Amino acid sequence: MIGRLVADVPRRAALALSVFFLVLLVVPWFANDYLLTVLILIFYFAYTGQAWNIMMGFVGQLSLGHAIYIGLGGYTAAVLFSYFGISPWLGSFAAMLLAVLCGAIIGFLAFRFRVAGVYFAILTIAFAEFARIGFDHFTYVGGSAGFFLPVSNYSQSDLWTLRGKPIMFYYLSLGMTVAAVILCHLMIGSRIGYFWQAIREDEEAARAVGIDTFRYKLLAVVISAAMTSLAGVFFAFYYNNLFPEEVFSINRSIELILAPIFGGLGTLFGPILGAFLLTGLAETLTAAWAALGVDVPGAKQVFYGICLLLVITVLPDGVWPWLYRRLGLAGRPE
Amino acid sequence: MPTDIYLNVAVSGVLTGLVYGLMALGLSVIFGVVRVVNFAHGEMTTVAMYLAVVLFATLGLDPLLMMLPIAGVLFVFGYAMQRWLINPFISRPEHSQFILLVAVAIILANGLLIVFGPDARSVQTSYAFDSFMIGPLIVDATKTFAGAAAIAVAAALFAFFRFTRLGTAIRACADNYTGAQVVGLNVPRLYALTFGLGAACVGAAGAMLALITDVTPPLGPSFTLLAFVIVIVGGLGSMPGALAGGILIGVVAAMAGLFYTPSAKGMFVFAILVLVLLFRPQGIFGRRA
Amino acid sequence: MSALLSVNNVSKRFRGLVAVDRLNFQVNQGDVFAVIGPNGAGKTTLFNMIAGVFSPDGGTIALADQRINGLSPDQICRRGVGRTFQIVRPFPALSVEGNVIVAALLHRHLVADARAHAGEVLRQLDLYDKRAQRASGLTLPDRKRLELARALATDPKLLLLDEVMAGLRPTETDRMVAILKQLNRSRGLTILLIEHVMRAVMALAGRVLVMHHGAAIAEGAPDEVVRDRAVIDSYLGAETVV
Repeated sequence: MIGRLVADVPRRAALALSVFFLVLLVVPWFANDYLLTVLILIFYFAYTGQAWNIMMGFVGQLSLGHAIYIGLGGYTAAVLFSYFGISPWLGSFAAMLLAVLCGAIIGFLAFRFRVAGVYFAILTIAFAEFARIGFDHFTYVGGSAGFFLPVSNYSQSDLWTLRGKPIMFYYLSLGMTVAAVILCHLMIGSRIGYFWQAIREDEEAARAVGIDTFRYKLLAVVISAAMTSLAGVFFAFYYNNLFPEEVFSINRSIELILAPIFGGLGTLFGPILGAFLLTGLAETLTAAWAALGVDVPGAKQVFYGICLLLVITVLPDGVWPWLYRRLGLAGRPE
Repeated sequence: MPTDIYLNVAVSGVLTGLVYGLMALGLSVIFGVVRVVNFAHGEMTTVAMYLAVVLFATLGLDPLLMMLPIAGVLFVFGYAMQRWLINPFISRPEHSQFILLVAVAIILANGLLIVFGPDARSVQTSYAFDSFMIGPLIVDATKTFAGAAAIAVAAALFAFFRFTRLGTAIRACADNYTGAQVVGLNVPRLYALTFGLGAACVGAAGAMLALITDVTPPLGPSFTLLAFVIVIVGGLGSMPGALAGGILIGVVAAMAGLFYTPSAKGMFVFAILVLVLLFRPQGIFGRRA
Repeated sequence: MSALLSVNNVSKRFRGLVAVDRLNFQVNQGDVFAVIGPNGAGKTTLFNMIAGVFSPDGGTIALADQRINGLSPDQICRRGVGRTFQIVRPFPALSVEGNVIVAALLHRHLVADARAHAGEVLRQLDLYDKRAQRASGLTLPDRKRLELARALATDPKLLLLDEVMAGLRPTETDRMVAILKQLNRSRGLTILLIEHVMRAVMALAGRVLVMHHGAAIAEGAPDEVVRDRAVIDSYLGAETVV
């Protein structure tokens, strides 16, 4: 396992990654709470981007409804904790189970009935919207008025119940991101990863070499759903509130796919780089606007939109593959 | 409940549905020819609605009269957007086009926020509360005008594609891209024209929507979704299908509001979408590929 | 010796149009069997029924006495039928080696094993030196051989080739013929090919089936078939071909 992890990583890249990781490990000793919250946001997007990338980047299935897994994960763990006192660590299993079930239903229907491409994307949106309106009317979890987790004082962190200070959430989000990258690295280099890429490239040809495409696509949806639901658990315990209109909204689904596309679809480092750049850009804009004393709602987002538009026009494959070539690295960017 | 209520609500649903259908028609035309999914469709609709609101508030111009000028403005906007922004993306993968149009949507929605602020705006015409009595039916005047105008605009567009040389050329482009290039059609220009026409539908529909419902800047995504649902239910690329899909969705939403609760009508709408996607993916009026 | 592939009374209609009409033939273990016929004779439909893309409307298709009609393409491949596509379909963004590894993984669970097997197949097909290239960057002859390499890497009992010679220059055709002959002789691989290039058919096939309007009009050794009156009239034309 460990051998495979480092076997095909070039020396220099391994060194750079280690330094980068060490810096991230010690950052909390130097950073203030604001920087920490920004980094948490970055890791949140890096993690969800990684999870979404399994479906789109590896298998080529465009999901625009990943908010459904965020919401299901968040609500499941939050309800189990608030109503039954069950730790989110255990609640995570229930969250994953529910997300897997939901992903399996969506995947089964879509792939059995051959709903593909744009239609598949719309189907995923439909399910997320369905869940949004459903939870709006689900009074057991507060309906549209929202669900709130009990907030304790922030003087100490309790890892078991995930009640505590930003620094705990920082390490948690960092750990989740690292785990996701390792998992994706292992998967893409394995049998299943080869099959996924074959399906992404040409589904009929993949079938012709004996790949049960239905099964492997379903597997991708289910794994992606499970991983995304954990981000939902994190979201719920970090923000301490859940509103159907917010967690299940199409905006949530869209924001979590920007980083991987911006960074470089199908690569491991792309979603991370994308998350750093996009969140960094958004936060820099906020700070710059504040420094300039401009207080126009929407101005920041317009600028953000323009940047997004320019980059996608100039670098259609995303930033990371481009950077990879500029750095003079050989082969395919990972 | 007396049966009159059902009929009244159904008629109201049909008329509103026609306007939504016209908006969706724009999406259908653009996708059918240019093969680009316009994820900024709803934002373009809100832009048109704000245009109608501003023209009414400042100059007192009636949105029904301003329907064509607003459609013209949106046409130019759509033409320019396709020509200079989207055209380089034609041969790029879907997700790349998607990001581009999401960026456009973000810019439009927040541009509106900067200019108009977050509060809801609406148009109050002198005939806002007028209605006709047709037998036992009470039909809202505004919705009647809007529905009739939607049919007129859609018919004009249909005639354009059917009977003019330009329309035929555009249809040729949609059927066979390479063939159209081979016979010397200026495909990028025809694409831009098509996008412009799709945007013009949005303009006309937006002007009428301003009469029917309030507008706020973040309304875009829900219009985009609604347009998707209508177009897929009616059949992507089918012009009558878009209007029929609009009517169906309008009636279902109105009935769901009546029988269940208005806030849950979206669930019924999406349930129909899922059923159509699974059992009749070409849409109710579409032909199987 | 029992047949490896037997096609019994197989029919396929498309909207009333009969594409394949009660066709019967058998391919024995170790044979090279060619199906020829004019365009629209139903060859590709037949091919697609064996490969599982279409299900026949009537009749049965059996591989080593086990029915395979009605199975999906991937199930049929797992039973031991490797196929190529008439218009080549490599996985464009994967490397040449990656393409073959995918196929080799069908019966191997470790990527390392699959890589080793892919290496062997690529060497056989003179593609080993190009293994790191992206498949999309290959020339047509190379892509045709990659297509073959991918089918071979699934360890097929029966290899289905859909016009692998089409678009190749004569020297390339000869090279492909040599490779296929070698595969047939050294491993006893059974090959069913649909082919337009008569030169390749004559050099390779042990038996030839001629289709016309969905039905078999002749079957036999290549030199017998090309002298058959019905075949000359319907397909080869009056002038002598060989």
